[in-house]
Amino acid sequence: MVGKSIPRVDAYEKVTGRAKFTDDLILNRALVAKVLHSTIGNGIVTSIDTSEAEALPGVVKVVTFKDVPDHCYPTPGHPWSVEPAHQDIADRNILTGRIRYYGDDIAAVVAEDEVTASRALKLIKVEYEEYPVEIHPRKSMYGSNPPIHFDKKDNVLARSNFFIGNVDEGLEQSDTVVKRSYKTSIVQHCHIENPISFAYMEKGRIVVVTSTQIPHIVRRVIGQALGIPWGRVRVIKPYIGGGFGNKQDVLYEPLNAFLTTQVGGRPVKLEVSREETFCNTRTRHSIEYDLTAGVDKEGHLLAKDMKAYSSQGAYASHGHAIAANGLTAWRLQYACPNTRGEAYTIYTNTPTAGAMRAYGIPQAAFAIECLMDDVAAEIHTDPLEFRRKNLIQGYYEDAYLKPIAANTNGIFQCLEKGAEYIHWDEKRKEYADQTGSVRRGIGMSLFSYKTGVWPISLEIAGARLSMNQDGSVQLQIGATEIGQGADTVFSQMAAETLHMDVENVHIVTVQDTDVTPFDTGAYASRQSFVTGTAVKQCAEQLLQKILDYAKTLLPEQETRELSLDHGWIYAGEEQVLSLEALAQEAYYSLSNSSVLTAEVSTQVKKNTIATGCCFAEVEVDMKLGTIQILNIINVHDSGKLLNPQLAQMQVHGGMSMGMGYGLSEQLVLDEKTGRPLNGNLLDYKLMTALDTPDIKADFVELDDPMGPYGNKALGEPPAIPGAPAIRNAVLHATGVAFNEIPLAPQRLIEGFKKAGLI
Amino acid sequence: MYDIENYYNASTIEEAVRLLKEHPDTRVISGGSDVLIKIREGKMAGTSLVSIRDIKELNGITKKENGDIYIGAGTTFSHITNDPVIQENIPVLGEAVDQVGGPQIRNIGTIGGNICNGAVSADSAPTVFSLNALLRIEDGNNGRTVPIRDFYLGPGRVDLKRGEILTHVIIPAKEYQGYHGNYIKYSMRKAMDIATLSCSVVSKVNTEKNILEDVRITFGVAAPVPFRCEKTEAALKGQEISEKLYEMTEQSIRQEINPRDSWRASREFRMQIGGEIAKRALKRTIELAGGDRK
Repeated sequence: MVGKSIPRVDAYEKVTGRAKFTDDLILNRALVAKVLHSTIGNGIVTSIDTSEAEALPGVVKVVTFKDVPDHCYPTPGHPWSVEPAHQDIADRNILTGRIRYYGDDIAAVVAEDEVTASRALKLIKVEYEEYPVEIHPRKSMYGSNPPIHFDKKDNVLARSNFFIGNVDEGLEQSDTVVKRSYKTSIVQHCHIENPISFAYMEKGRIVVVTSTQIPHIVRRVIGQALGIPWGRVRVIKPYIGGGFGNKQDVLYEPLNAFLTTQVGGRPVKLEVSREETFCNTRTRHSIEYDLTAGVDKEGHLLAKDMKAYSSQGAYASHGHAIAANGLTAWRLQYACPNTRGEAYTIYTNTPTAGAMRAYGIPQAAFAIECLMDDVAAEIHTDPLEFRRKNLIQGYYEDAYLKPIAANTNGIFQCLEKGAEYIHWDEKRKEYADQTGSVRRGIGMSLFSYKTGVWPISLEIAGARLSMNQDGSVQLQIGATEIGQGADTVFSQMAAETLHMDVENVHIVTVQDTDVTPFDTGAYASRQSFVTGTAVKQCAEQLLQKILDYAKTLLPEQETRELSLDHGWIYAGEEQVLSLEALAQEAYYSLSNSSVLTAEVSTQVKKNTIATGCCFAEVEVDMKLGTIQILNIINVHDSGKLLNPQLAQMQVHGGMSMGMGYGLSEQLVLDEKTGRPLNGNLLDYKLMTALDTPDIKADFVELDDPMGPYGNKALGEPPAIPGAPAIRNAVLHATGVAFNEIPLAPQRLIEGFKKAGLI
Repeated sequence: MYDIENYYNASTIEEAVRLLKEHPDTRVISGGSDVLIKIREGKMAGTSLVSIRDIKELNGITKKENGDIYIGAGTTFSHITNDPVIQENIPVLGEAVDQVGGPQIRNIGTIGGNICNGAVSADSAPTVFSLNALLRIEDGNNGRTVPIRDFYLGPGRVDLKRGEILTHVIIPAKEYQGYHGNYIKYSMRKAMDIATLSCSVVSKVNTEKNILEDVRITFGVAAPVPFRCEKTEAALKGQEISEKLYEMTEQSIRQEINPRDSWRASREFRMQIGGEIAKRALKRTIELAGGDRK
């Protein structure tokens, strides 16, 4: 079953519209909540008058920052830590009078309907005292008065560094030293379904149904935010319309939970608009890099140095984990005796940055892979050859975080496939000396990516299997299907280990913290690896129980070995008992009934590195400032594929994100206020189908010993290598090195003009 | 849920005019692809609407005996693109409105709404300007007919008084017969976008003499209203068709247009693109006419 392209187990439900999403489940006569956002970027609320809003017919309740608990809570979707030093930063209130970015949440209205709630918002009168706004991290890190958060005087949320060898000496010994600065933009996840939840009370407890990747974490954070025992909170996660990390954060669930307590437990719906999703949920961190690399005469890396400045926005959310992940990537994959890195994460008066697909690596990989091309250009070496010369073959491990290691390493095979597909050698030559204003080029980039978060954070997953009367099984997991196909591959895994047809594995897609086994959720490309380990273990336990029970029913087979295969118990080679008959006995035997179930809660203390690359061929029309992608391929080493067709889909989606990141996507902020200028799907240039070229995905399948089925990370990596590959292809086509993404038309025109090409 | 106070549905032009006069706080809605967005954004929240969607006389395209083409203001973009009269006589207009948003918008959005909305980025506008269209406006009495160029007053403002309804866009025969057109929409993506800059060129070529006999160049988003490049047109008329003509076009356009600087695109950027797309559009019209065969 594992390794086959079976159809998604949720395909028919989703395609026919039967799958129930949060909005489909909202209870009749639910009230509607809307949030009042600040119209300044930094300051305090000096007065707020809600009397007119409260007087509007249909308004049930207005709450302001004065009404919410005054302690702070953390929001990121990390496993909680029992060690205070490793706990997430708690810097947010449910509503606030201290405005830290344009759009901060001041008050909320609960009304009988949406129009009334919107009208009421307009009737709330707010006065502010304004402070200067700072949207640039490298300015903000010199402090502000007052600081954005009182306990971080210099606005630096965190700083970390590492070093291997002696970088300064290495640079001195180098024959060529290249220094460059690179910058990535703020982008947004743009999942189809905006964040939505509804909350109500039942028997003194709060129930929140929400579109989230992390139901068990949402439960904990609601408990923390409201200051109530966590067991008093129940979180239900139905089908969700994408998350990409934005929903790996606790967003408006605590506010919604609080609001239902303020209206006597009546159901309250809180759905944010697309504009609010851009401004008020999470974004991808914009990171500025200063990189230096030194190479010897033969083109071997002798030293490399990274300085990273990550713009956090107004609240900590996932915070420094993003920039720190980039530091880790900086010391992996390339062989270099002297490597150093230092990263700062800095509060700014901008929308809060959080988790987004590949968690800081698209930023780092953009900088690193641009640098590798720039070094290659500087020493007149083919960029692919340069990489081959410096990449580590085979096993390697991280110098700091054990046991992170490339237990399998298919990067060279990936490069070979990619180069062959794009006709690297021929086209590098063919496009070498072009004239005219329309030119072509090819470029590439690569990456490494961890599988899950161990040992930086806890990895734990739960699974439960119970056998039905007909011999089929129910599979329950705490990990979440968020569109990536998790339910399908978990079903395949259970079927594989139980030697049964996947049709006989009935997966429960809804997570309900009252009944679902504990699992921290969908992120870090962890589920098929970590939860997969739990599912395998659980299935093995159930299999053993089935065989043990079979022994009690088949005393005459005492001397033969029993096995299970597709609905039958075999004794040796002989079919002796149907699984259905066995199940019937287990349920109803008057002498020996015991329903066969297995449940595990599994901690996984493993990690393994996935890798891959992108090759792109572009045509640049310099006078129009446009880039057309003629060919593009990602090749991934993600271990054994659990479902090749789903893997292809993962890669297609990620490549689309990578191309948008490289070419067109950027949340533009007003310099003076930090207000998003293009926080909607018209002005934020997410690629459409017509902008998307044919996409090619390929794989190198190595059997990784750490993965439960030989598999390693695939969910996030496809989004990583596209942007630098495109940038490097444009460099090849035109000779112009663009060091900031996106390569949008205006940036291109300015670059080509500066280079005297147009 | 949209914040709409009252909704009146008119089934004839007379009824629409009467409703608009009776209820001075109303706005006209046809396809709704602009109005509903503004209501959702809060700019028109709480408004009352008079719908003209069900007025049959506003739908469809007819070619009169004298060759004039009448396009009902309520005709959707999709219908215009697929209409045989348009395809045969003024394909450039069908191509231009086929670049609006996406299929869903083109199935609901109307040319009348596109024009009356007064947006300088409207995809129909530059071509309608280059075709010297006339607008037929009814008011319950005698109505009036105005040239499109006099209709746009400023960003989002058009010459339409309370109780007036645009009923037809008229393309007179003499304005399109013998002409070829090309519309280039420059936007940041290939669908679901509004123009950063747009240019429609309509030209008449004397292929025997190899000269450009007549040319009309209109820009969207280069000024507060759609903008005819009269100086360039005058300079190009009668010129020989050659590489020099295209270079001249590019230079002259950059002298003439006056685009704004905004976060969406800088003035300098728009100047670069403006010269380039005018040149490319002109070249295409000349190719369509069978000129420039070298």
